[in-house]
Amino acid sequence: MGEFRMPSLGSDMEKGTLVEWLKKPGDTVRPGDVVAVIETEKGAIEIEAFEAGTFERSLVDIGQTVPVGTPIAVINGGVRPSAPIAAPAAAVPRQAASAPPMAPRIAGPVEGLKVSPAARKLAAERGIDVTQIRGSGPDGSIVFTDVESYAPGVKPTAQAPIPSAPSKEKRATPPDMGMRSIIAAATARSKREIPHYYLSHEVDITRALKWLAKTNTRRTPDERLLPAVLLLKALARALRKHPGFNGFYEENAFRLSDRIHIGVAIAIRGGGLVAPAIHDTDKLSLDDLMERLRDLVTRVRQGRFRSSEISDPTITLTSLGERGVDTVIPVIYPPQVAILGAGTPRKQPMIADGKVRVRDVITLSLAGDHRASDGHSGALFLVAWANLLQHPEEL
Amino acid sequence: MTKGALQKIVEEELKNIAPETSPADIGSDEDVREALDIDSMGFLTFITALHRRLNVDVPEKDYAKLFTKRGAVEYLSRKRAKPS
Repeated sequence: MGEFRMPSLGSDMEKGTLVEWLKKPGDTVRPGDVVAVIETEKGAIEIEAFEAGTFERSLVDIGQTVPVGTPIAVINGGVRPSAPIAAPAAAVPRQAASAPPMAPRIAGPVEGLKVSPAARKLAAERGIDVTQIRGSGPDGSIVFTDVESYAPGVKPTAQAPIPSAPSKEKRATPPDMGMRSIIAAATARSKREIPHYYLSHEVDITRALKWLAKTNTRRTPDERLLPAVLLLKALARALRKHPGFNGFYEENAFRLSDRIHIGVAIAIRGGGLVAPAIHDTDKLSLDDLMERLRDLVTRVRQGRFRSSEISDPTITLTSLGERGVDTVIPVIYPPQVAILGAGTPRKQPMIADGKVRVRDVITLSLAGDHRASDGHSGALFLVAWANLLQHPEEL
Repeated sequence: MTKGALQKIVEEELKNIAPETSPADIGSDEDVREALDIDSMGFLTFITALHRRLNVDVPEKDYAKLFTKRGAVEYLSRKRAKPS
């Protein structure tokens, strides 16, 4: 018999609210199956199982908020949750400290009103008009517990978050910590603890973009590729040759990861960002990568992603797409040891074959952790990434 | 299909991508990507939705013609009148 526990997905996560069971007693649970949806102070997360078993019974009711580490279900077969468990009152596990910012409550269908997906679903089920509810989440967003505790005709008396039960332990963060606070905490920790160094490299990607345009010409819109997948695949291939940037710095030592899970920074509509992993990026074809990226962006913007996507990135890529900025100087997500950046592709004069020509150019950048690498190895890695982009047909 | 009906479809699909915005309220000649904060993935989703809904396949070289609502409506109207 195995206990399925409320996972910790961030050093600032102390509790989670059960929103939905996706398995019922008697159901078979396979590795990767989403067992439940929880809402944390940072968004709705789908919690996966990593081992097989049979769902026996739930231990927590929908709407109930429990601390990290609390058993929430019994699953025969020894299933454990997808993220490391912090036993009650125990220290925060490694991945908890590493988890990048997660999605905020996303906007609801009402203009200007932020409603989490779980809250919106519950409101619809109960026929509650969300405009009548005062939110206790970040920036006044309406979360699951707001809808659950709402009684028509009774207006909350204050804008302050719903008070939680007094904790015996000092809270590191306030209970209504929102996306901005989480990003601030993660990046402040990064800049405080990680000795960053930065490199950038202007790269001619004319050939890559021509190849992409030619490839897309033969495809319908739903089959087309974006430049981002070339960047991702080339980066994953470069990491195979330069594994010293793929892994974690923990307990005063760098540990290589034998798998490449690139975290992709995705901007959240309305502000904030999240950087979930595309697992085994190096093993995916460009088409598969595009499908995964499309799915990930869609789910993130709906406020639904999986626990393993949050806890697993071994390195991160932030790409500014077409937002018109040449260079990004990113901040490493600890305990990762590197983050790559890609600016907006632009046309500019370059000297090629002894002549000045107009070329498509992109600025690639690297922020590295000096505890794990140095500028020389960083430069070799950055150049390897750039070189792979010169041969898109081989990616 | 009238241009008014096409505009309604364009605005609906933009709304699907940027649900917290009001595409109907932006100017006809505003760049929808800027006005609604739509990135390259969002714009591809928009083009894909138009293809699925109107059976108009917009090649990449024509994307710029759909950066505004007016441009999109004119383009879709032409393509539907004379399929390529």
